[in-house]
Amino acid sequence: MEGFGFSVLKERHINYDANDKSIAEYIAEREPSFRTCIECGCCSATCTTGAFTNFSLRELQILLKRGENEIAREQISKCMLCGKCILVCPRGVNTRNVILLAREAFRKLMKNEV
Amino acid sequence: MKSEGKKRIWAEYQKEIADDHYFYVRSCIRQSFFPGSEQFFLHFLGDVLGKDIYENPSHTTCTGIGYHADVVPLSTIMTVIARHYALMKDAGYRHIVISCVTSFGIYTEIFETWKHFPEELEKTREYLYKATGREFDLPESMTHTSDIIYKFRNEIADRAKYRLVNHETGEPLNIVEHIGCHYSKMFPKYGVGGAEFPNVLGGMIEAWGGNVIDYPERRHCCGFGFRQYLVQANRGYSLSNTTKKFSSMKPYKPDLVLTNCPGCTMFMDKWQYTIREMEGTVYGENGESIPVLTYEELAGLVMGYNPWDLGLQYHMVQSEPLLRKLGIEYDPADKFKTKDGRQMPLPQNLINA
Repeated sequence: MEGFGFSVLKERHINYDANDKSIAEYIAEREPSFRTCIECGCCSATCTTGAFTNFSLRELQILLKRGENEIAREQISKCMLCGKCILVCPRGVNTRNVILLAREAFRKLMKNEV
Repeated sequence: MKSEGKKRIWAEYQKEIADDHYFYVRSCIRQSFFPGSEQFFLHFLGDVLGKDIYENPSHTTCTGIGYHADVVPLSTIMTVIARHYALMKDAGYRHIVISCVTSFGIYTEIFETWKHFPEELEKTREYLYKATGREFDLPESMTHTSDIIYKFRNEIADRAKYRLVNHETGEPLNIVEHIGCHYSKMFPKYGVGGAEFPNVLGGMIEAWGGNVIDYPERRHCCGFGFRQYLVQANRGYSLSNTTKKFSSMKPYKPDLVLTNCPGCTMFMDKWQYTIREMEGTVYGENGESIPVLTYEELAGLVMGYNPWDLGLQYHMVQSEPLLRKLGIEYDPADKFKTKDGRQMPLPQNLINA
């Protein structure tokens, strides 16, 4: 039925135990620098895509580590792989490789190969 | 020593409830939406127990909803409450009985304000005198109507025609008790059992033979929250609260929700309709919603009063499934008839009917 002008808000609790962290584990295994990210946001600050869309690599890292994969999957295709984020990262995270591995993992997840 | 200590601590959770000579103040929501509740309360105390209970027709709203909506200033609401105390003084009463949990919260908040800021009390005395020429005394006791029914729960049990058991299986009914936040969460010492062990409704259910359900979100807000529902765009907050609460109680298969706050009764009743319309979700068994009653309505059912005289038909979620479980006989044809037998217009979209 339409016309209420309001709706039931979705539950915002994050159940860490129930979430699927296989994508994050897949990335961390192949690109260990993924673990060293401190979520400072330098990557997002320099990101060209982020300047024109709501894409944020920092947010993506957090989402993947929390296992909130659905939102991450929507976001990840926006990256143009320019690599500016690698240049500014104070922890030396190979962010470009993180994106590539994440895309690979999502593709494999579709085929139940992760 | 240990036992004495426990007794002393437990004594802090008890509440002195006056035995007689009550000055009654009505509730805006209750007399509009559940008129049978207040009528039963006055009838039970006055006619059945023979207590002295008085209400003054000059009594007004406490303006609590306006206060919580930021349209009534604190000094104004304190003067309104002071006027009610003046009416009580004129009538010669010392024990105030408050029908609404919002009002109860207002009365307790103002009482505590005056205690800690005596200059506010003096200012209020001055405002009231200048405006109306009235003077007032502070009450000896402040009691909510549910406290009184709790106090006389065994007297009701003695007069019970029905027990809160499924008459077919003999099993006690599973009942959710929901206590209004403004009853005991703001100033715990004014509630039976305080904020931690509020037993005002649980005590009634147990005395009348039912089973109290303990579920994860038992003390969660019902969703009423003034600022949440007054603005349409914010009502999703209110509805989401109610959804969370009902989702939490659903696995325990409640037969009934019992509340002591008019706002909780209204919202837990009417939001069930809204959630069903929006999402198609129902929280009772067999595709039915869960009836939400006030303690007087339940007391009336237990004592064998006609459900339509108690006003159960004015709820959004109808009580027929509960009446069938209790084995209460009722005539569906009388549901929307006046006392003199005239047929009233029939409402549409009633749930469980």
